[in-house]
Amino acid sequence: MATPLVVSEVAKSFTMHLRDGVRRPVVANVSFSVKAGECVVLGGPSGVGKSSILKMLYGNYGVDEGQILMDHDGKLVNLATAEPRTVLEVRRTTLGYVSQFLRVVPRVSALDIVAEPLQARGTPLEEARAHAAELLSKLNLPRELWSLPPATFSGGEQQRVNIARGFITDHKILLLDEPTASLDAKNRAVVVEMIAEKKAKGTALIGIFHDEEVRDAVADRILDVSLFSPRKAAA
Amino acid sequence: MSTLPLLKVNDVSKFYGSRIGCRNVSFELYPGEVLAIVGESGSGKTTLLSCLSTRLMPTSGIVEYHMRDGQYRDLARMGEAERRFLMRTDWGFVHQNPAEGLRMTVSAGANVGERLMAVGDRHYGNIRATASDWLERVEIGVDRIDDQPRAFSGGMRQRLQIARNLVTSPRLVFMDEPTGGLDVSVQARLLDLVRGLVHDLGLAAIIVTHDLAVARLLSHRMMVMKDGAVIEQGLTDRVLDDPREPYTQLLVSSILQV
Amino acid sequence: MNDLATYNFAYLDEQTKRMIRRAILKAIAIPGYQVPFASREMPMPYGWGTGGVQVTASILGPKDVLKVIDQGADDTTNAVSIRAFFQKVANVAVTTRTKEATIIQTRHRIPEEKLTEGQILVYQVPIPEPLRFLEPRETETRKMHALEEYGLMHVKLYEDIARNGHIATTYAYPVKVEGRYVMDPSPTPKFDNPKMHMSEALQLFGAGREKRIYAVPPYTDVVSLDFDDHPFEIQSFDKPCALCGAEDVYLDEVILDDKGGRMFVCSDTDHCEDRRACGHAGHMLAHQEAAE
Repeated sequence: MATPLVVSEVAKSFTMHLRDGVRRPVVANVSFSVKAGECVVLGGPSGVGKSSILKMLYGNYGVDEGQILMDHDGKLVNLATAEPRTVLEVRRTTLGYVSQFLRVVPRVSALDIVAEPLQARGTPLEEARAHAAELLSKLNLPRELWSLPPATFSGGEQQRVNIARGFITDHKILLLDEPTASLDAKNRAVVVEMIAEKKAKGTALIGIFHDEEVRDAVADRILDVSLFSPRKAAA
Repeated sequence: MSTLPLLKVNDVSKFYGSRIGCRNVSFELYPGEVLAIVGESGSGKTTLLSCLSTRLMPTSGIVEYHMRDGQYRDLARMGEAERRFLMRTDWGFVHQNPAEGLRMTVSAGANVGERLMAVGDRHYGNIRATASDWLERVEIGVDRIDDQPRAFSGGMRQRLQIARNLVTSPRLVFMDEPTGGLDVSVQARLLDLVRGLVHDLGLAAIIVTHDLAVARLLSHRMMVMKDGAVIEQGLTDRVLDDPREPYTQLLVSSILQV
Repeated sequence: MNDLATYNFAYLDEQTKRMIRRAILKAIAIPGYQVPFASREMPMPYGWGTGGVQVTASILGPKDVLKVIDQGADDTTNAVSIRAFFQKVANVAVTTRTKEATIIQTRHRIPEEKLTEGQILVYQVPIPEPLRFLEPRETETRKMHALEEYGLMHVKLYEDIARNGHIATTYAYPVKVEGRYVMDPSPTPKFDNPKMHMSEALQLFGAGREKRIYAVPPYTDVVSLDFDDHPFEIQSFDKPCALCGAEDVYLDEVILDDKGGRMFVCSDTDHCEDRRACGHAGHMLAHQEAAE
């Protein structure tokens, strides 16, 4: 089986044209790979570029140079240069992402938000909803909230909806951006257990976890992102 | 993924005398893809939309459409009869001002049914049933089927215009500032509706808007236009979260955060 | 022959008549298509049949026998005036009898008696464009005719059914001619529409104010538009004509007094008289005779 994710010599900088074109390098020479069933945690002090790396892996940030190779349905895709519709296709079937914050869609219930990625992959609505309900109850989201749009939910409730949405599919690669930040101990434990299940199923996971307890529980390997600091690379 | 593009746009330019409408625009649009064209007034986005939808003839360049028979046709070389037929069957056009896209003095039901009658549907009962089904889909009470759009609010008119366009199951819909001139709450409802319909029907759409929130919510991909040219394009969330061009950065940083 | 008839026969000068005849020929060649023509000022106001009069003047010959009807009647103002006009300017024979006429100018009726080969029916048309009330732009309606885009015509019928439960258009009911052009048959009652279909007579339509001429040549398909589940139907009347007892004819309502008394009589006066001459009698006539 091919390595699900290989990152090779990726560099990223921001050019801020509104501030006289100041160029701010973020990371350089980022190279690593993630095996199936492995959970790699990005480490290092804040501001070092952990989130930027995750966003580049998702195609959300552009890449200046280097390659991001993913095994997408047996084909190798370089996400750094892929066409928008290829990126969307990869996101639909291969690449999942649990962001820190839920992007609230007006008027759609929590249950349907969670079910949507499954539905997008062709699962019938009822089946997708049943699966969504399973995940939401596992994450202890009160049943009376399921039919409501999450706009008015608390931070922790929104995050659980977000996690359920990210975990519902069997994407081969899953990106996790602080999924446990605003959860209590009980729900953190649930997420740790869910990550373990994903690993057992052979999912490649890359995450950012500030909570040490969670990080130690899930990480197979911690990747120090400060190694990719552009200053260091230049030196 | 092996599907062919629905629309192939190759180096399209439009000049109004010596003034530039849009220049050297090329892209491909695939089935089910939603493309947002953003930019400020006068950036050429509406000119481009008109050139793509055959409402204007480009000065140079080629726009080809993948017909249902599998052939690509150069829209500029198509006869007028065929082009008009295409526009009322396989295409939709949603105007910013619903009065331009609706017949204000005929009932909502007839507005939706017109395209069906235009393609030869001659069964009143079926036409009416389809019309009420579509009114329901765009959240207009079926009891309003015999009312004229003159009696409708702005949001309802816009939803009616959408139903009128989608009734023949088009594959490509052009939208020119579809939420312009609507209240914010009405906008949200309309966007949500359009998002759902586009998704359910697998429509390809080209949406012209100056509202980046509309682009983010509806589109997969976006093009930023300035002075008639496309200055940046890509995946919608990439362009909005990591804008490269000075003008795009200015545009993105100008959004009010609520 | 009087002086007027010898000066410019049938009022119009020869050049004008040639121009109108050319328009008529084109109209006959393209059944149902509205041919523009340079409509002249006539010695009568618009709306009184200036289009029909110009068509009649252009096709009239000295040997023709002219009949003029207004809503089926030979004896109303419009009919009498136009008949007198042509007697004066063309010195032609006139008649009220459908059978004897070679040219019949009509406002809003087709005679009950079947027209035959060689006869010409000239309609006075107020608004020739059937799409006008739905699409006010003339540029657009012409394009719609050219491209055969007639969905809008059914929108009108749809609106009728939606509002009234049935197609409530009772006159100027749109027809499709020879499978191609949709045409306004002028404000004749839809009762007369079937008579246009495969008619042996030539039918010419003149709209003076709108400057259009169109035609239905003999033996042409004329189909009234409808829906599969709301087929075209003509009006039917409960009672026969009160004077001649005719059934299956178009009747006019005549108010008899201010106490609600009314009767229904043939709109086609010639047809009615003809039947009475042959001994048919409706109930009113029977009453009168009984009273005498």
